[in-house]
Amino acid sequence: MESIGRSVIRKDAVAKVTGAAKYTADLKTVGSLYAKLVTSPYGHARILSIDTSAAEKVNGVHKILTGKDTNILTGEEIKDRPILATDRVRYHGEPVAVVIADTLAIAKQAANLVNVSYSPLPVIRSPKEAYQQGVPLVHEHLGDYEKIAEVFPKPGTNICNHTKIRKGSMEIGWAKSTVVVETEVSFPPSDHCAMETRSVSAEILPNGQVIIHSSSQVPFTIKKMLSSIFGLNQGKITVHTPLVGGAYGGKSAIQLEFIAYLASSAIGGQKVQLINSREEDFITSPVHLGLDAKVKLGCDAEGYLQAAEITLLFDGGAYSDKAVDMSRAAATDCTGPYQVENLWCDSFCMYTNHPYATSFRGFGHPESTFAVERAIERLAEKLGMDPIEFRWKNAIRPGQTTPTQVILNESRIGNVRRCIERVRELINWEEGRRIEITPERIRAKGVSCFWKNSNIDTNAGSGAILKFNEDGTVHLNCGVIEIGTGSRTVLAQIAAQKLGIDVDQIYVEMDIDTSSTPEHYKTVASRGLWMAGRAVLAAAEDAIGQLLNVAAQVFRVSLDDLDIGKGFVFLKDNPARKLALKELVYGYVYPNGNAIGSQVIGRGSYTLRGMTFLDPKTGKGVPGPDWTVGAQAVEVEWNKRDYTYKILRAVTVIDAGTIINPKLAQGQVKGAMHMGLSFASREGFIFGPNEVVETTQFRTYKVLRYGENPDYTVDFVVTPSRETAYGLRGIGEHALIGMPAALANSLSTAAEVHLNRLPLTPELIWRMKTGGVR
Amino acid sequence: MTDQSHTRFSVALNVNGVKRKTEVRSADILLDVLRNNFGLTGAKPGCLNGDCGSCTVLVNGWPIKSCMMLAVAASNTNIVTVEGLKGSATQRAFIEKNAFQCGYCTPGFIMNIEGLSAIHPDADDSIIEEWLQSNICRCTSYEEIKAAVYKVLGKKPEAGR
Ligand code: FES
Ligand code: FES
Repeated sequence: MESIGRSVIRKDAVAKVTGAAKYTADLKTVGSLYAKLVTSPYGHARILSIDTSAAEKVNGVHKILTGKDTNILTGEEIKDRPILATDRVRYHGEPVAVVIADTLAIAKQAANLVNVSYSPLPVIRSPKEAYQQGVPLVHEHLGDYEKIAEVFPKPGTNICNHTKIRKGSMEIGWAKSTVVVETEVSFPPSDHCAMETRSVSAEILPNGQVIIHSSSQVPFTIKKMLSSIFGLNQGKITVHTPLVGGAYGGKSAIQLEFIAYLASSAIGGQKVQLINSREEDFITSPVHLGLDAKVKLGCDAEGYLQAAEITLLFDGGAYSDKAVDMSRAAATDCTGPYQVENLWCDSFCMYTNHPYATSFRGFGHPESTFAVERAIERLAEKLGMDPIEFRWKNAIRPGQTTPTQVILNESRIGNVRRCIERVRELINWEEGRRIEITPERIRAKGVSCFWKNSNIDTNAGSGAILKFNEDGTVHLNCGVIEIGTGSRTVLAQIAAQKLGIDVDQIYVEMDIDTSSTPEHYKTVASRGLWMAGRAVLAAAEDAIGQLLNVAAQVFRVSLDDLDIGKGFVFLKDNPARKLALKELVYGYVYPNGNAIGSQVIGRGSYTLRGMTFLDPKTGKGVPGPDWTVGAQAVEVEWNKRDYTYKILRAVTVIDAGTIINPKLAQGQVKGAMHMGLSFASREGFIFGPNEVVETTQFRTYKVLRYGENPDYTVDFVVTPSRETAYGLRGIGEHALIGMPAALANSLSTAAEVHLNRLPLTPELIWRMKTGGVR
Repeated sequence: MTDQSHTRFSVALNVNGVKRKTEVRSADILLDVLRNNFGLTGAKPGCLNGDCGSCTVLVNGWPIKSCMMLAVAASNTNIVTVEGLKGSATQRAFIEKNAFQCGYCTPGFIMNIEGLSAIHPDADDSIIEEWLQSNICRCTSYEEIKAAVYKVLGKKPEAGR
């Protein structure tokens, strides 16, 4: 009956292969109205006028809203984003108006008739450009915006957040460095590309009850934001989130929910559905941020890192959303999992005229890791040391301190060196990292390490309820969204293990209802199992306490005399004296009819402990409870003649702590590697004049397809966490983090040229190799 | 576009072995009619543009992107959606091989593989690739889907490449 360490079949498996699985847009209601957005065709423009008269004449149109009707600024950290643009649009795809009609076809027809006249404005095309003196400002009134205390925008510039990390002494660091390199990297914004586009519905009942359905990672935050922005009592708002069709961070932003709520309220509360088209999902809703970065590293003659100076300029796009947090998160882990005594990092989140960014799997880490790992590769090369050996030597260990000066122990950091050693074996490093197969075909290998902490709110938490049925089966109710990771199944395994029953006895509904589901902060940051796992354990302990209490009375023994397992409560010294759980879960009934006890409902909750805000001057502070670490490698075959390449193999060794469900863990790690390789090899928006995005369909924005994938190898190092349920660690994002760097390192080795930009297309390699001249 | 385009016609569609009558506009795509008129929401919109395959159903045994077919053009055909499968080998293989995570692309992949295994029971890697490249999965690494197709076609998993 062990549930831990078993590849239990996902609880949502049958629903997902039969079409029974319901996602937000599958929930149809008779009488629902449909909304369609009118969006900006420019990257930056003044709105001169909006004429809705022709659109209003279309039969079946109920209402058209524009920025005039919705003069409210939103944003979780900085309130800088209007729900609908008012006098000005700041990115291509920005919502300008919304049409509400009887059918989607009518709404679309009318949206085409809304006549907006614009006068284009000069655009900010990159974070580097945004950082220059004297360039146009994306937000002139930055100083007037409401904001939380932990972000540091600079009014009068395009800087929407500045994080400083200062550790040790740069003077000493550079003095100790005998070898120094400087590397610059850059890549454009790209997209999450969840297969389910974002979709919402909103309805306001006559009693004022607001009902939202949203394809989201943050239903509880939607409730809080609607409450604070529209002045509604939180009890009046219910947010439902059924299964989510992929998220990867992209569904942690709140955008369409505001529009749908306003649309419903403008027509007397009738239900309104708003579903992104793929084109809108690419650019209207938030994207994955871009980066321009500079890294200067120094090491001594033995190859120990002595100094790092890192400048990160993130492309947060037109509005701040979560990009400001990602820029901070990247700074906290900016060195990668290496010991660096003397460190200076400036991380800036910049406003540009690009679609705005929100969380993306890895939360700032894949981006900064690409920068620092490319620099490490060059440093090892310049020093003349094997790049794996260099990384192993510098790998961070218990007793050392992170960039934000957290002192590490084994539970917090795991075992980076062991991961590196194992990757070296699995990729067969000894055979050589650059092999000419034929004069044209080169095989090459590259490596990278990764680490990541969570960087979420210091008081983030989670709750769980375990409710028994009369027959001893259990309902697990918790707020982690099933976005594809299988977390709700793994949580059932944790509950089953603790309660000593079979995992088949535990039932998990897949949808979340914020009014009856215990809150889980947000389904982000690989903290689902981490926090909810603790809540489920606490709920199970609570339930066990109730069961033992009743059993103690029946047996007339003390609580210490009892134990639970295999579906029974029994006497420790005489296990034959036992009561089946079903005799206890609704209270115990004596032969004469007397009853004691009552339905067992286990309750548990958990809040992160010991987290702190960062010191604004030095960055000192605790950004999260622990790091998940690992090492990765990629092997490519590159063709010298036409610059094309094939990714042959990708390897990840991750210190995942205790593995609760091996098959699901493998799937998470491989999926993340895959997304990282897709991003690194072919993704990134292409911008035209006025920063109009030219790639808003899958035929122009390419992602990896079946058969383009390499072989994936995943292995686990197990350093259990001392803080989590059964010693697990978060693994949802991490295997993406090192992939871009490992791919760039392998291709740079193959082509013998420094490849510091993404995506790594054959054309880029050709340009770098030849200067773009034939 | 005139209001005329919102006029509805009656059509009969043969879906999962049942002849069903419904009202459609001439511009309605098969995907929307399956989902909105019949409540068969297994087929998913992912792009409405033929690029992603999440809307795939079988029409006369062939996988068709139902976002690229007008509903009226589907009358007098046999349509099978994922709801029409009853514990097929492909469904079982998907569960066994963990070939999905969020599950949104899954009905499309399953229907494509149903068509593939009927039309090319001996498909080699290049045929499998040609067929399955019409669908996108953003969650898995495709290795899991490959293992599922191999299982359905009775092929041995090869070691490395
Ligand atoms: S929805 Fe039909 S191919 Fe994408
Ligand atoms: S399982 Fe999520 S897109 Fe394939």
